Amino acid sequence: MERLIRKYVDKLIRSGLAEAGAPLMGARDAELIWNREDKNRAILQEIFTGLHISTLLFALPAEPYRTLVDFLARTSPGTIHPQDTETRTFLHDLPVVTSLAPAEIIRALKNRKCAIVPGRGIITYGTVSPEQAFVTFSSACFACFVKFFADYLRDVRNGSANPEQKAVFQQVVDYLGSPARLDFSLTHGPFRDEATVLTAMEEAGKATVDCRLVDSYFGNISCLFKDILYISQTGSSLDELRGCIDPVPMDGSSCVGITASSELSAHRAIVTAGTHRTVLHGHPKFSVILSLACNEKNCALRGQCHLRCPRRRQAAGVPIVPGEVGTGPYGLCHTVPPALAEHRGAIVYGHGVFTVGKTDFNDAFASLLDIENACRKEYFASL
Amino acid sequence: MNGWCGKILKIDLSSGRTEAKRPEREIYARWIGGRGLAGYYLRDKVTRSWDHPEMPLLFFTGPLVGTTSPTSGRMTVMSRSPLTGTAGDASVGGSLGTALKKAGWDGLIITGRAKTLCGIEIADDQVTLVDAAALAGTGTSGAYARLKKKGAVALAGPAAGVGVRFADIVVDGHYAAGRAGLGLHFAARNLKYLTVRGSGKIRIAYPEALKKANEDVRRLMAASPVLLGELGIGQYGTAALYDLLDARRMMPTDNFRRTRFDAARRMNAHAFRQRYAPRRTGCRGCSILCKKIAADGRSLPEFETLSHFSALVGNTNLETVMEANRLCNDLGMDTISAAATLACHGEIRGRPLEPSEILSLLMDIGTGRGIGQALGQGAAAYARACGRPETAMTVKNLELPGYDPRGAYGMALAYATSTRGGCHLRAYPISHEILRKPVATDRFTFSGKARIIKGAEDLFAVVDSLTACKFVFFAASLEEYARIYTAVTGVESSADDLLTAGERIDYSERIMNDNNGFRGTDDDLPARFFELPGTGDGHLEIPPLDRAEFLKARAAYRRIRGLNEEGRPTREKAAEMAIDWDGSSEG
Repeated sequence: MERLIRKYVDKLIRSGLAEAGAPLMGARDAELIWNREDKNRAILQEIFTGLHISTLLFALPAEPYRTLVDFLARTSPGTIHPQDTETRTFLHDLPVVTSLAPAEIIRALKNRKCAIVPGRGIITYGTVSPEQAFVTFSSACFACFVKFFADYLRDVRNGSANPEQKAVFQQVVDYLGSPARLDFSLTHGPFRDEATVLTAMEEAGKATVDCRLVDSYFGNISCLFKDILYISQTGSSLDELRGCIDPVPMDGSSCVGITASSELSAHRAIVTAGTHRTVLHGHPKFSVILSLACNEKNCALRGQCHLRCPRRRQAAGVPIVPGEVGTGPYGLCHTVPPALAEHRGAIVYGHGVFTVGKTDFNDAFASLLDIENACRKEYFASL
Repeated sequence: MNGWCGKILKIDLSSGRTEAKRPEREIYARWIGGRGLAGYYLRDKVTRSWDHPEMPLLFFTGPLVGTTSPTSGRMTVMSRSPLTGTAGDASVGGSLGTALKKAGWDGLIITGRAKTLCGIEIADDQVTLVDAAALAGTGTSGAYARLKKKGAVALAGPAAGVGVRFADIVVDGHYAAGRAGLGLHFAARNLKYLTVRGSGKIRIAYPEALKKANEDVRRLMAASPVLLGELGIGQYGTAALYDLLDARRMMPTDNFRRTRFDAARRMNAHAFRQRYAPRRTGCRGCSILCKKIAADGRSLPEFETLSHFSALVGNTNLETVMEANRLCNDLGMDTISAAATLACHGEIRGRPLEPSEILSLLMDIGTGRGIGQALGQGAAAYARACGRPETAMTVKNLELPGYDPRGAYGMALAYATSTRGGCHLRAYPISHEILRKPVATDRFTFSGKARIIKGAEDLFAVVDSLTACKFVFFAASLEEYARIYTAVTGVESSADDLLTAGERIDYSERIMNDNNGFRGTDDDLPARFFELPGTGDGHLEIPPLDRAEFLKARAAYRRIRGLNEEGRPTREKAAEMAIDWDGSSEG
């Protein structure tokens, strides 16, 4: 447990989600242990006793998340409702509580995976592993970031952005830093053996995380080699792919890939077309934000954009398509493969970007980076 | 009431009398339904012998059954297990739960013993006891064919008639209420079958909220590779797990003496699909459709059946697995226990079984012929009788299923602590140790597992009480199901509130077991797992379980569960959970 607490506290800091010294994490098996002393430990201890959980994480997010989360908490009475796919699918919404009072937090956490305490931080939990608390924290930060920037673009276009919104926008833009770039080449293909494939996937996955093109453990990656599709496992962290890549025979002769990413069907359909051998999927923020920005007035399908948007929309020169996670009737496995037949990438509404490569991950990665940086440019240009 | 019907049907087969019981709303709120409510009605009778006329055989549905809630067409069958002596239950699919609920009953309590072989036929409020002499000794498939026009059907097979301790109840011809030997209760009551037809509707408190909550669950199901992915159980049935468990070197082989099966690639779900071209079907109200039926009407084997009738007994013939599965189903026997007992027999005999022997021995067991009588007592009793108790791979007399505990330490702990014995479904840590849901955990450590197992046991006690399918929890969580529960019943409840009920249900079962003489020392694994390594591959070694680490984790589990140091329930913990105390321990 101690090792896992340390790991996810370090990861919060390395990911820019919290500043060093900010996360307070407790985990219990038979005994409760903490990562550090803190005056709030007694409160959290009380929360532990009121819930069937194994981990609690409480931290003030780092900037720009801190400002964004606080603004949304102030302006969304009771609950924040982000529209990105991860929230819609896994978190549903983000409850806001008024104080660190244990009873109020327990009430919120009995119903949702996290609670936001304005000015104090985000509190999340795990029932199985500290990883859950980390993932939820990261997802809440991501969701708030996307919601704020998407709402702001909408309101500016409508002429309804208020002074407070504008002030927050100015404040957080300063924290954004330079657009991401990769200063080295990834392993070049064609790959000669399975070991090289796995190494190249690990390398590309890590670069995706290092360049912040994916948050928490989301995203997936695959490579076709000798009639086997090597694909990252469901829920695997793209920067920790060692031992987390499934070999899936293309002829369907084995179910060993039952733990493969939920987007296996999409990846398989993409490489089956024969033009590409690698697929990379991340969740870069500005691509997601632009995908939510729609100028259509009085659309009869408003609220169902992720399911059945019929319009041909584009951002950064690539199509924006609807699609839900997985294989359902509205699954992105139906929309992404056709879009990638004609483009180097595709953005899924509220979700992220898929890109493809011919023999290795250099072109797939470059496309992912280009699309995100172009979306970021396009976002600011359209304000 | 919303969700629940508010009525439970009691049938006394000795007198033929029926009675409608109307539990107070508080009873429903505390025990939910299914396993929880059945346990409530078992509790004060559980110390009787399993075949005592007053020992109830209980069929209970949950509040979600008969509604549009995803995967809610299941029910619980419960009584004291003839095989293990524990409180014994089985969650079973098919249409029986839905039919009973639509007939206006939350549950059915059967006691007494009919003078001659009978059947119970329920049509809404009408209950009829019918002479079933014509079906004596009939296989479940033949009997089902004759009864299916009467509605949902639950049947015991010939195995129950000859006293097989792992006899099961077969619902709708394909769905087994297995593991606990509940089929034997039919024989003890001179009962051959139960049919139910219902025409009512279940009242829903908040239909719009239910619709929204259902959508949330369906979205998560679609996002789950294990459920609806192209290699998942929706496509291949639970046999989809076969390749993975072998790849992880967790396939129990040669009666758990090895953990990898050389012929696995030829015996996998793909091979069965290629050969038998099955269609998809499933329980009432389910969209996963994990049940696979071959063109000739036979069920394809579930993962545990496939694993045990291939790797565990050293069989490499697909058709033998299909036939073994069909025979067990027709004779009315639990496949896991049957295969594990044969594997034990093979080890004692000193040579593996031929495919034809597997089938003939199954016939012997199911009809009580020759050595079949001894094998029909289960692996533990058989091995003891042979003077080789170490060859019975059981926990609390229940034969272990297809997940070798040396490859998943949470599974090891879960087998040991399960209230119904060596059962994979009480905590199903395979979910996170192998399938990575809700997140992956390190399968080769006990660290953190004690609390995880306790939490999962509570969770699945709720799931079995709602009564939903465990598989859907590879994708959704109680967070979503609490919303469904509230929408259906109108009872404001959170995931955490439901877990409190789950904890109560589990603890009550521990008190029942304690009352029947089970002690903390029974929460243990066969010595083989601490002495013999699994089958490594040069890169990955599968060492024996570390006994000291296991005991440490078990001690941690006891503290978390609120048991005393000997592993027994306490009066204080029972009081904390508002459970009536009749425990026999120090309390």
